[in-house]
Amino acid sequence: MEKFDVHTGRAVPLRASNVDTDQIIPAVYLKRVSRTGFEDGLFAAWREDPDFVLNRPEYQGATVLVTGPDFGTGSSREHAVWALQNYGFKTVLSSRFADIFRGNSLKGGLLTVLLPQEVIERLWEAVEADPATEVTVDLVEREVRAPSAGVREPFELDDYTRWRLLEGLDDIALTLRHTDEISAYEATRRPWMPTTL
Amino acid sequence: MARTMAEKVWEEHVVRRAEGEPDLLYIDLHLVHEVTSPQAFEGLRLAGRSVRRPDLTIATEDHNVPTQNLLAPIADPVSRKQVETLRKNCSDFGVRLHPMGDIEQGVVHVVGPQLGLTQPGMTIVCGDSHTSTHGAFGALAFGIGTSQVEHVLATQTLPMSPFKTMAVTIDGKLRPGVSAKDIILAVIARIGTGGGQGYVIEYRGEAIESLSMEARMTICNMSIEAGARAGMIAPDQTTFDYIKGRPHAPEGEAFDAAVEHWKSLRTDEDAVFDAEVVLDAAELSPFVTWGTNPGQGVPLDASVPAPESFEDPSARAAAEKALAYMDLEPGTPMREVRVDTVFLGSCTNGRIEDLRAAAEVIKGRKVAEGVRMLVVPGSMRVKEQANAEGLGAIFEEAGAEWREAGCSMCLGMNPDQLGPGERSASTSNRNFEGRQGKGGRTHLVSPQVAAATAVRGTLSSPADLAAL
Repeated sequence: MEKFDVHTGRAVPLRASNVDTDQIIPAVYLKRVSRTGFEDGLFAAWREDPDFVLNRPEYQGATVLVTGPDFGTGSSREHAVWALQNYGFKTVLSSRFADIFRGNSLKGGLLTVLLPQEVIERLWEAVEADPATEVTVDLVEREVRAPSAGVREPFELDDYTRWRLLEGLDDIALTLRHTDEISAYEATRRPWMPTTL
Repeated sequence: MARTMAEKVWEEHVVRRAEGEPDLLYIDLHLVHEVTSPQAFEGLRLAGRSVRRPDLTIATEDHNVPTQNLLAPIADPVSRKQVETLRKNCSDFGVRLHPMGDIEQGVVHVVGPQLGLTQPGMTIVCGDSHTSTHGAFGALAFGIGTSQVEHVLATQTLPMSPFKTMAVTIDGKLRPGVSAKDIILAVIARIGTGGGQGYVIEYRGEAIESLSMEARMTICNMSIEAGARAGMIAPDQTTFDYIKGRPHAPEGEAFDAAVEHWKSLRTDEDAVFDAEVVLDAAELSPFVTWGTNPGQGVPLDASVPAPESFEDPSARAAAEKALAYMDLEPGTPMREVRVDTVFLGSCTNGRIEDLRAAAEVIKGRKVAEGVRMLVVPGSMRVKEQANAEGLGAIFEEAGAEWREAGCSMCLGMNPDQLGPGERSASTSNRNFEGRQGKGGRTHLVSPQVAAATAVRGTLSSPADLAAL
């Protein structure tokens, strides 16, 4: 996993709430067996509208997605995270994320940042007024900064997840350090619990 | 200290607890399907890792498989490759697989309970958000992403951050004609698609206790549509009777020992939930959605709401957008909304009781002119039983298509899709834009409402049908 410490980039204002993962990437794009190439499916239905924000020339190359509440609801498809990353997004800012999407994003190194809706609104206004506005997401300081928009806002992220993202650590390798504890637990499982084989 | 059922199950599965780290939880059952697993198996291969517990893992093909002409190769080469990849992965890593054509093949959340693999007090995961279905047995069951699928394959554990608990109590008795689907649609409309965020919901109360296991699964299935991590219902005699005698159920003394343990899982009387919601069963009626998220629903007796009726600006904007997409005018009675397609099936409502309920309504009647009705059993075992009971013949005589098992039009990954602008009444779980096919419009309904709608061509309840 790529490390995440401080990222600065231009932002896309996505003024929508309840953006479900079927919108982020429709099911017909989930058939690949690789982890790459999902950018063509990102917001595929909405991108057919030439006025959709991602199609506007002034937002090309942006790496920060600023979106409304309840982003990532619905299906558990991690392809939603891969599609955002494959397209070039490094971080997503919202006032509320669906649990599974948030879990997937933080596992995969896409930093999802919780900010008050009022700050999201200010960022929307700023990047709509000037698409060149730069937004910095600083995981070291746990802070979002957009000086030209007058935004300097702390955000919360638990120490463990922050450490894992800063170091770019693979969860599985971390867990495999505790194989002895897993074996010890297995010895205590009830004998009548079902097995599949 | 008094604990809720969810907290008890969690505590029993902690492998490792350390300051400043998420708890490492043991996973008792891992369900696998073709869409969210290929990258996980590939990850294992690249790292030279194996599947730690193939004997706690089971796979089936459901999301993208066709529901007719099973003997022909899958026409879509990309879907075919995904299915072939699952077969190779299961073979390489020693995982039991029920492929297309197998009697145990079907929607993963129908297969687990049917085999008796889903039991109270277990932790169950799957790379699918509707894993919450299994909570109906008093299991702690949640959907996970592909990175977590790989993690469970490699370690049989997951690091999990703590949850909050919510009690959703449905007091009183349901009126005739009101189903589990109506309960859960009403709950989601009440608390919203984000209302359960961070919570494990426990459904309780007289109306819940009176439900069959299959109806309980319908309720827990849609917990995720309220944003919840999981949904649970306390195991009781209904649960034990359902499990007993199934292929993977404990037998004899082991069954008695299991029941003793399962009874201890119930939430302690003085346990405190972080949030509580109460609904009166007697006030519920058949419920349908009008919008593009499962929280945008109203009783069938109501009309399409006006966006101005929503105080919250974000909800108002969402309603405006949804009505434009759904091509609906505020004030239109829901009963006047005409559909092109009726879909009966999915992990929400594709079990035998759902088929029975719909067949009872449609028996001796015909699907309306210009309406297509797809009946897709949740598993091949369900199909076999439905045929034995004569349900398949009832659907076919009514003019419906009686298909093979799979997820089908619930998410339109296979050829069963809505065309642009087409409108469905669907017993599935999501009415998102384009969910059932690009440009398609979905109204979520119960099996009874689906069947009545197929007959009348507009959203209807069985009570709207002329007597035979």
